[in-house]
Amino acid sequence: MNRRDFNQLIGMGAAGILLPSLPAFSRNVSPESFLESGVDVATKKRLADAALNAAKSKGATYTDVRIGRYLNQFVVTREDKVQNIVNTESYGVGVRVIADGCWGFAAVVDAKSEADTAKAAEKAVAIAKANARLMKEPVQLAPQKGYGEVSWKAPIKKNAFEVPIKEKVDLLMEVNASALKNGANYVNSVLFMVNEQKYFASTDGTYADQDIHRIWPTFTVTAIDPKTGKFETRNTLSSPMGMGYEYLQVNPSDKVTGITTRYNMGYDMLEDVTAAAKQARAKHSAKSVEAGKYDLVLDPSHLWLTIHESVGHPLELDRVLGYEANFAGTSFATLDKWQSKNFNYGSKQVNLIADKTQVGSLGAVGWDDEGVKTKQWDLVKDGTLVNYQAIRDQVHIIGEKESQGCCYADNWGSVQFQRMANVSLAAGKTPLSVQEMIKDVKKGIYIIGDGSFSIDQQRYNFQFGGQLFYEIKNGEIVGMLKDVAYQSNTQEFWNSCAQVCDEKDYRLGGSFFDGKGQPSQSSAVSHGSSTTRFNGVNVINTARKI
Amino acid sequence: MAIILTESEAKALLQKVLSYSKADECEVNLLGEERGNLRYARNEVSTSGSLINKNLVVQSAFGKKVGVATIDEFDDASLEKVVRRSEELAQLAPENPEYVGVLGPQQYMKSNGFFDSTATVTPDKRAEAVDKSLQLSRAAKLTAAGFLEDQYGYNAMMNSKGLFAYYPSTNVNFTLTVRTPDSKGSGYVARGYSDVSKLDTAAATQIAMQKAQGSAEARAIEPGKYTVILEPTAAVVLLENIFYNMDARSADEGRSYFSKSGGKSRLGDKIVDERVTIYSDPANADLPASPWSGDGRPQEKTMWIEKGVVKNLSYSRYWAQKQGKKAVPNPNNIIMTGGTASLEDMIKSTQRGILVTKLWYIREVDPQTILLTGLTRDGTFYIENGKIKFPVKNFRFNESPVIMLNNLETLGKPERVLSTESNQSYLIPPMKIREFTFTSLSDAV
Repeated sequence: MNRRDFNQLIGMGAAGILLPSLPAFSRNVSPESFLESGVDVATKKRLADAALNAAKSKGATYTDVRIGRYLNQFVVTREDKVQNIVNTESYGVGVRVIADGCWGFAAVVDAKSEADTAKAAEKAVAIAKANARLMKEPVQLAPQKGYGEVSWKAPIKKNAFEVPIKEKVDLLMEVNASALKNGANYVNSVLFMVNEQKYFASTDGTYADQDIHRIWPTFTVTAIDPKTGKFETRNTLSSPMGMGYEYLQVNPSDKVTGITTRYNMGYDMLEDVTAAAKQARAKHSAKSVEAGKYDLVLDPSHLWLTIHESVGHPLELDRVLGYEANFAGTSFATLDKWQSKNFNYGSKQVNLIADKTQVGSLGAVGWDDEGVKTKQWDLVKDGTLVNYQAIRDQVHIIGEKESQGCCYADNWGSVQFQRMANVSLAAGKTPLSVQEMIKDVKKGIYIIGDGSFSIDQQRYNFQFGGQLFYEIKNGEIVGMLKDVAYQSNTQEFWNSCAQVCDEKDYRLGGSFFDGKGQPSQSSAVSHGSSTTRFNGVNVINTARKI
Repeated sequence: MAIILTESEAKALLQKVLSYSKADECEVNLLGEERGNLRYARNEVSTSGSLINKNLVVQSAFGKKVGVATIDEFDDASLEKVVRRSEELAQLAPENPEYVGVLGPQQYMKSNGFFDSTATVTPDKRAEAVDKSLQLSRAAKLTAAGFLEDQYGYNAMMNSKGLFAYYPSTNVNFTLTVRTPDSKGSGYVARGYSDVSKLDTAAATQIAMQKAQGSAEARAIEPGKYTVILEPTAAVVLLENIFYNMDARSADEGRSYFSKSGGKSRLGDKIVDERVTIYSDPANADLPASPWSGDGRPQEKTMWIEKGVVKNLSYSRYWAQKQGKKAVPNPNNIIMTGGTASLEDMIKSTQRGILVTKLWYIREVDPQTILLTGLTRDGTFYIENGKIKFPVKNFRFNESPVIMLNNLETLGKPERVLSTESNQSYLIPPMKIREFTFTSLSDAV
């Protein structure tokens, strides 16, 4: 499901001509059935072994099997109404093989018997053999040791699927009421919860059983000025997280106070929507920005998206090599730049890290979708490009002996491929608070929350908006701005990075719906940072008269 | 049971499901489909897939309490179970004040969107079509990355008031990017058809190859306001953002471009050049679409913008009832009328301008004006004195499609085009627009 389908499904997007679609092959179920355990591990191993054996007997030289049960729940409301409560479950098996040097993949819904999984394996081999005649170079798969029978569970404190629907509806109704009381004309709010129960088996000898949880509380408030007929919105400052319902049970230490409150490992939805309603109203009288060069102070609730687009994507090796040329694009960060060992991706302050293990992040797992144990590694060190994100059939190209473990499929019915790890900007090593950072800025804009975003297919030129913009003059915040977007070039932008706040300000942002591939697949990924200053960035005014 | 049911098989199955219902109202939606795809990059096959899907959705209502349950097993016991489950969920649900009940029997237009040619594509045929493309790019020492996806299936629905609808359809999409080995040139082509026999992967590949070679060694020219000629592939990704906003409720509520001050909408207002006419018609032979919407409403030939004037906005049945309007559903296809000019004619009549063949990463910057940003990609060319002079580096633009359609110079002949943003097909003409706003340059190829 892509972002647009999701927006239409929950009724937050503009009206479209596409009918909303649920995740592939999912079916509506009762919320109670989420608590039933799925197929047990011993059965999964039997089903997987049947596929591994069937593929081998048909001539496959490598096989992996993914048995997945995917649970989704969305609670969708507007103002005083519950619009939709959607509970979906999807269960099936995907088998991937190498035969005659070529990949083949086949999937089967609701596979319950060894005959079902064996049949899918045979089909995958047949497809590999049909396509092998178009291959000039056979697939080179990096060797991977088997881990035997292992398991991994996200360290959640409260399973969101155990919380009664009524409690979730009551929360959203309270949130909506507060928005309307504090100046919003409309409010849409959603709780989105995901549980991926995935089992992986391969001919390398790994059988990994994993349990992954994600949650995203989100809203949009709209304030209309009846005199002018104009409308302004403010979206949530929450982040989608790899957590359970404990994300909504906030401690005072999870809050970052300042010009507006922002959140770390816990989110106060009621407090945020109350502020949002007032801020959406205040935007009507905010000053329209004067276009020009500004020093930007970017909050982590905003900067995550710039990191995602301008660092996470260009450093995906499949893009660099051209595998995504027909859709998502290629990359400016070509192999020669990496080989030179002196490509200045950013200033000396810039340390960018890929990580598939970070607690609470959307990308954290124990093993990736081709049986590689996950880890952390450097992408940009002291400003210099040092590595990419790669999977088993690519790592030989960058001289690595084993995969970095960032292979993922969004469903049992989708074929796994290289997806972004959590990519984060390391906190500054010198103690520095946001207030101290702002004090030094003469002409700047402080941006909080993510807004409109667009970047070219090689990840040079980008444009970003935001939710809240504050003008900084001579070290002081002097008022709210609107109609702000900044345009820059990736290398120029990261080289204009002047200061990064220390680890006390470090927070995660992220995306539930990062789209890539054909057919398009969605993945969820987090990006951490502390508040960061970029000097002399080009800001445009986005207001138009019609 | 087969995955793809005929009309009479679907009818019999749906009647059986409804026979189990004890609710005040019951509505059942049914689908079956088979999909196959083949993907390639760096002149090699990369991934492929095949998927089979069937699904039955039962909606039961007691008064305004509604429950929905879904199943993908069609034996009698499962069918009865899914009906009972939807009834249990309905009894537990809060009242939905916006539930307006199911429709009675409807009359639908005829529309033929099913072609045996597409329904019988095999993995071998897919490989053969891709092979034709690969042979050309390999021989020319260019690098191809492409995607071929075909689908066939049907949708059907029936309810307790006697409504029955059935629509079988097929579709094939082919997209291809060809790059020069030094990555200095890139060209693109997209083709979407209901009938796979219309797809010529070799001819399409030639177009992408020509654009790749022609776009190499692009020169930088200053961003600013230019006359542009948008090929349909470029125009459609801007226009569909107008279509997405044509929802009456958002307009009436004051939170869309189609809103006006004082709680009014732009319905009846002239918003763009009078040569702009946009309508939907499920029976169009070049762009067949289902003649019914997901809730059973008939899709009629509907004017959305006629001679520049907003003629219709789409309504949910609830909102239409509340506002006392006709419940015009979201369309299943979109057609824009054009003129007689060919792309060549438009280039010939341009003194100074830019030919844009594709746009990329379109995002809304301001919903108030439908201001969009994005970039040109895969072949952008400078035109002077009626001729293409040289390829230019890509631009970022910030422009509203509404402003753009007010700055219209010429419309060409409409053609079927696949949106690179939504993957939907449309009939859209190429168009010449004055004062299109490019705001910065990009080094991307």
